[in-house]
Amino acid sequence: MSTTLIVGIDGSEAGARALSYTKRLATLIGSDCKIEVVYVIEWSPYSFQTPEENAQRNKQREKAISIANERIVEPAIKSLQDEGFAAEGRVLHGKVAHLLNSVAVETNAEQIVVARSSAAGFTSRVFGSVTANLVMSSTVPVTVVS
Amino acid sequence: MRLKNTMYSMMVLFMGLFQASIAKAEGIDAAVNAVFASSTGWFVSLIFAPLPGTSFPWIVLWLVVGATVFTLYFGFVQFRAIGHSIDLVKGEYSDPKDAGEVSHFQALTTALSGTVGLGNIAGVAVAIGIGGPGATFWMILAGLMGMASKFVECTLGVKYRNEYKDGSVSGGPMYYISKGFEERGLPGGKFLAALFAVFCIFGAFGGGNMFQANQAHAQLSSVIGDYPGWITGIIFAVIVFLVIVGGIKSIARVTEKIVPFMGVLYVGAGVVILLMNIDQIGWAFGQIFEGAFTGLGVAGGMVGALIQGFKRAAFSNEAGVGSAAIAHSAVKTNEPITEGLVSLLEPFIDTVVICTMTALVIIITGQLVSDPATGLYVLNEAGTAIATQDGSSGVALTSAAFGSAFTWFPYILVLAVVMFAFSTMLSWSYYGLKAWTYLFGEGKKAEMTFKVLFCLFVIVGASASLGPVIDFSDAMIFAMAVVNIIGLYFLMPIVKKEYISYFARLKSGEIKKFK
Repeated sequence: MSTTLIVGIDGSEAGARALSYTKRLATLIGSDCKIEVVYVIEWSPYSFQTPEENAQRNKQREKAISIANERIVEPAIKSLQDEGFAAEGRVLHGKVAHLLNSVAVETNAEQIVVARSSAAGFTSRVFGSVTANLVMSSTVPVTVVS
Repeated sequence: MRLKNTMYSMMVLFMGLFQASIAKAEGIDAAVNAVFASSTGWFVSLIFAPLPGTSFPWIVLWLVVGATVFTLYFGFVQFRAIGHSIDLVKGEYSDPKDAGEVSHFQALTTALSGTVGLGNIAGVAVAIGIGGPGATFWMILAGLMGMASKFVECTLGVKYRNEYKDGSVSGGPMYYISKGFEERGLPGGKFLAALFAVFCIFGAFGGGNMFQANQAHAQLSSVIGDYPGWITGIIFAVIVFLVIVGGIKSIARVTEKIVPFMGVLYVGAGVVILLMNIDQIGWAFGQIFEGAFTGLGVAGGMVGALIQGFKRAAFSNEAGVGSAAIAHSAVKTNEPITEGLVSLLEPFIDTVVICTMTALVIIITGQLVSDPATGLYVLNEAGTAIATQDGSSGVALTSAAFGSAFTWFPYILVLAVVMFAFSTMLSWSYYGLKAWTYLFGEGKKAEMTFKVLFCLFVIVGASASLGPVIDFSDAMIFAMAVVNIIGLYFLMPIVKKEYISYFARLKSGEIKKFK
């Protein structure tokens, strides 16, 4: 039976650290480990939009997915595959913590790896950070890379 | 092609006449007002012509009959399906794979930001001022019936929208009338669609633009002091220009976030005032019911109350007008009927909840002068409306009502009116643009022409006096309803088919909840 690891990336240096740590874990687990790279575009179905934005929404969504795949997810998968890891990836819209957990449950993953983001201060104190939300709500073990 | 040229010529001629008049006149406001009133009066008279031998405008009957027919034809869908509508808005039936697309909630709130606004603040005050508290009853009834009209038009808006290769969408009555008529083998679809588009363009310039600019100026001058309307007009026009021509999305985004907040604040303040006077709510409803059937001394009696109630409800929630179908058509769904069901919440929120609350606040705070001996309302000197405590009408009356409970509220209301006006303008600039591109084709030149004209009309609206602007705005919005409701009558069997199929699949479990 293979082991799946979920790694959340966001194109930042923190995401790269999470990816790097996931590779180490996968190496330790061995050849039956599969890495699922997940990039989440923050999105709420309850936000307010203008009619113009709504009319262009599908176009903008496709564009955002395509850019994220091209610039972040595909290079990450390629680097994993070049190093001999079994890897797949996906770009999703929604709440980061909720979606990482959903993918983990769906793929029966062993754990989720994320990095502590650099965002701190007022915003994270008021709204809570993505990492903290994930740790609190996840039904799968979470590793937070510093 | 001929239609295109004619429309362009009409616009150029109109603008030329308008500019020439301004140059000759001594005061800009006076010139705008004079040209405006004389050039639009004939159309206003035609739309509001009374039924022979009565004072009842035929257009009001047209809307009432339309809403009644849809209500009966769909077996009171607005009451039977409202629970499911709420589930749809909550996203319980939304496929998670569609995340990132336009949700039901977003389509609803976008459409609401185009309708909730001055109609709820100024329009209700006008209705109560002229038609008395009884107008509220007819307004609520019109709101409840209008839910069925909205259901039909928004279902069709999604079903017959244009989905382009690049993923963008365009929808609305012009699309469903032309495509739907063709599908059913009916003649005249293209003509009706073009006629709707023409009215929609003028509706966008009127109710969606000039009325808003006019009332925003009235509010600003009531706080700052009297100053020429064209100054407000130019400032508004520049900001609108920056958004719709300059593409400065940040202004639109800020507006879209502030407007819901202002809406909640307005409703919250209203609820607090009602709670403070909870002992009078029963009396206020008594006035509403009694006034609905007797008029309680208002000009025109019961019919006067009814006309005002229906008119202002239609202007506020736009049910049957077709504008919301343009806004709702961008939603991501494979079931057009779901958007129809969501859209029926719009008149409910707009008219049944918000308008009624405004009306109750005006009545409870005792703004309308009544004769203690007879219990009847006292008319003003001209005998056209009920006398008010400080002689105010429109937004000023609502402001006085809220201000009697919270002295600071008129300042908040100024901000709310300005924000609502601006957000409604942005929505209508889009509706008008869709109608314009339907007639003249998609293209940067055609779009720019419309957008520049739209900004010019902001200045006209802020400069003209309220009477001609309200008349013109109403006439154009109702003219849209004339064409749209004809289209809805012919296309409602298509909606019925979708409706039966959807609820059968929902019942059988074929359509499942995702949450």
